[in-house]
Amino acid sequence: MTRRFVVSAIMLLLMGLLMAPDRLTAAPYDTIQVSNPFLNKTPIALPAFKALTGSPAESQIGAEALETLENGLAFTGFLKQVNPAAFLADPSNTGIQMSQINFSDWTGIGAELLITGGVEEKDGRVKLALRLFDTFNHQLLKGKVYTGPPDQVRRMIHLFCAEVSHALTGKWGVFASKLTFVSTVDGNKEIFVSDFDGHNPTRFTRHKSISLSPAWSSDGQWLAYVSYAGGKPDIYIRHLEQKRGSVIKRDGMNITPAWMPGQDTLAAALSFSGNQEIYLLTRQGEMIKKITSSWGINVSPQFSPDGGKLAFVSNRSGTPQIYIKDLSSGEVDRVTFQGRYNTSPAWSPDGKKIAYVGIEKNRIDIYMVQLDKGPGMPVQLTRNQGDNEDPAWSPDGNLIVFTSTRDGRGGAVFVMTAAGTDQRRLMNMPGRQTQPRWSEPMTYKE
Amino acid sequence: MNKKLGLHVLMAILVAGLFLTASCAKKTVVSDATAIEDQTQASAEAAAAEAARKAEQERIRQQELQAEADKKAAMEQARAQAAQTRFLHQHIHFEFDSAQLTDTARTLLREKAAWLKANTGHSIVIEGHCDERGTTEYNLALGERRAGAVKQYLQDLGIGSFRMTTVSYGEERPLDPGQNEAAYSKNRRAQFVLK
Repeated sequence: MTRRFVVSAIMLLLMGLLMAPDRLTAAPYDTIQVSNPFLNKTPIALPAFKALTGSPAESQIGAEALETLENGLAFTGFLKQVNPAAFLADPSNTGIQMSQINFSDWTGIGAELLITGGVEEKDGRVKLALRLFDTFNHQLLKGKVYTGPPDQVRRMIHLFCAEVSHALTGKWGVFASKLTFVSTVDGNKEIFVSDFDGHNPTRFTRHKSISLSPAWSSDGQWLAYVSYAGGKPDIYIRHLEQKRGSVIKRDGMNITPAWMPGQDTLAAALSFSGNQEIYLLTRQGEMIKKITSSWGINVSPQFSPDGGKLAFVSNRSGTPQIYIKDLSSGEVDRVTFQGRYNTSPAWSPDGKKIAYVGIEKNRIDIYMVQLDKGPGMPVQLTRNQGDNEDPAWSPDGNLIVFTSTRDGRGGAVFVMTAAGTDQRRLMNMPGRQTQPRWSEPMTYKE
Repeated sequence: MNKKLGLHVLMAILVAGLFLTASCAKKTVVSDATAIEDQTQASAEAAAAEAARKAEQERIRQQELQAEADKKAAMEQARAQAAQTRFLHQHIHFEFDSAQLTDTARTLLREKAAWLKANTGHSIVIEGHCDERGTTEYNLALGERRAGAVKQYLQDLGIGSFRMTTVSYGEERPLDPGQNEAAYSKNRRAQFVLK
């Protein structure tokens, strides 16, 4: 009796120790209440998928699906995969359902989350059963079954990644987004569109010219970009699937288009007046109004997520710096004060931060300023690894995609967390890639 | 009698001699006429040869003149070509993140203006370029200001603005792909293209 009590007490104590730090359970699951989730990632276990009828085809599909899941979850930015060598259990043998899982097998190795998967393949159709568990609370957080042809397994996994992200943070993540970027093709620059992670790149333009600065409309249906197809930089506005669109080709240059969130309205820098100013335009290219009135350079407008403000670059102070204009009050504030060259503002989806490019001592790097805490010291996100440009946020605000020359190729797309951690190359394409931008998440047609 | 015979013989000889002489004389006349014909032909041939020689001389002279003219024209053309080449390849350079014309730039632009004044048939495109440091979009804007500064200065020097258009290529068309200051300073430029 006494002995049993002691054992129980020790067990409780151990569990308490295991559960106390870094726990998800303290807060409801719609948000992760951690100050810097990227430095304090939640450990997740991703064991092998179960072949539900035991066929080799299922094992093969399951192995590929698991790899897709591992790569996909890296795009949440806040999950850390537990080394499979530490696993004490094998759900692909013992079962993937809640009742078949011994949660202490997982809490014992520090895994706070667990995803199990099962694959069934029949008559050319694949069924994927996926479950996300909270191992400490013995709780099924999300269970989904997807069915489709084998070539849709990647998409099924990404749908589930979005569910995981939503279950843990309340945000769908980057998984239903698309990526656009510029890539060199035969010495020209063309616009491409791919999956969020750079997979399945498809060429969008065939101008055989210089095409630059692709920008998504909020609904992901339109791309505005700059092209020299007409011999000088003009703005092309094109529907992604239909043959619709227009061209803004006023005298001088027409560059740096940006869409107003939720609107068919663009901001862009035009120089027909003899000076480079930022204007609001309709999707058809008709003038709505002039935003800036300052001699010199005014370029790279970026709307705040609520559409009420516009960040842009101006050299009105003598050097290029980032400013914000309140579109209703007309008030202009300077945002960057450190250094003599700060450009390419990118507004975080929560509206509180701006990532940008700064040049310090001939090094081009990505920095970030916090807007809601007054003028503060910028945080440097890239350092000592080539030139780094073109920052753009993931729709959930967890990731920043950017261009880096660090691998010596003169430009490739990289991704990092919004804290600057986990910097890695996104895709492997011939040529040079620049100016990546994620779209808002699009609803999958299942 | 002997004397008479002797006279007869002499007479006979004389007559024969006369005959002989007469026939000889006739023969000489004929032969003289032929000589004159030959002489005429010879002189005609000589005249022809002389004419031909003169013509040849003239032809050579003309050819030499032509060659001289050609050479002159070629030199002129080469000079014009060199001037045009210089116009098109002597670029206007800028400091980092600047669209201000340096003293060297102004000197070069006065030369360009002179060329434009001497070659009124030409219209030009002024391209503004940047080095790869700095960002794509800002460099598009900076390149346009460089081209604009050059156009304005040429306009101030009396070149009609209708002959000049500008286009910025930002950092998209470097002359030197190198990643060092030598390459960067080459790439920060305004350059001229004939329309």
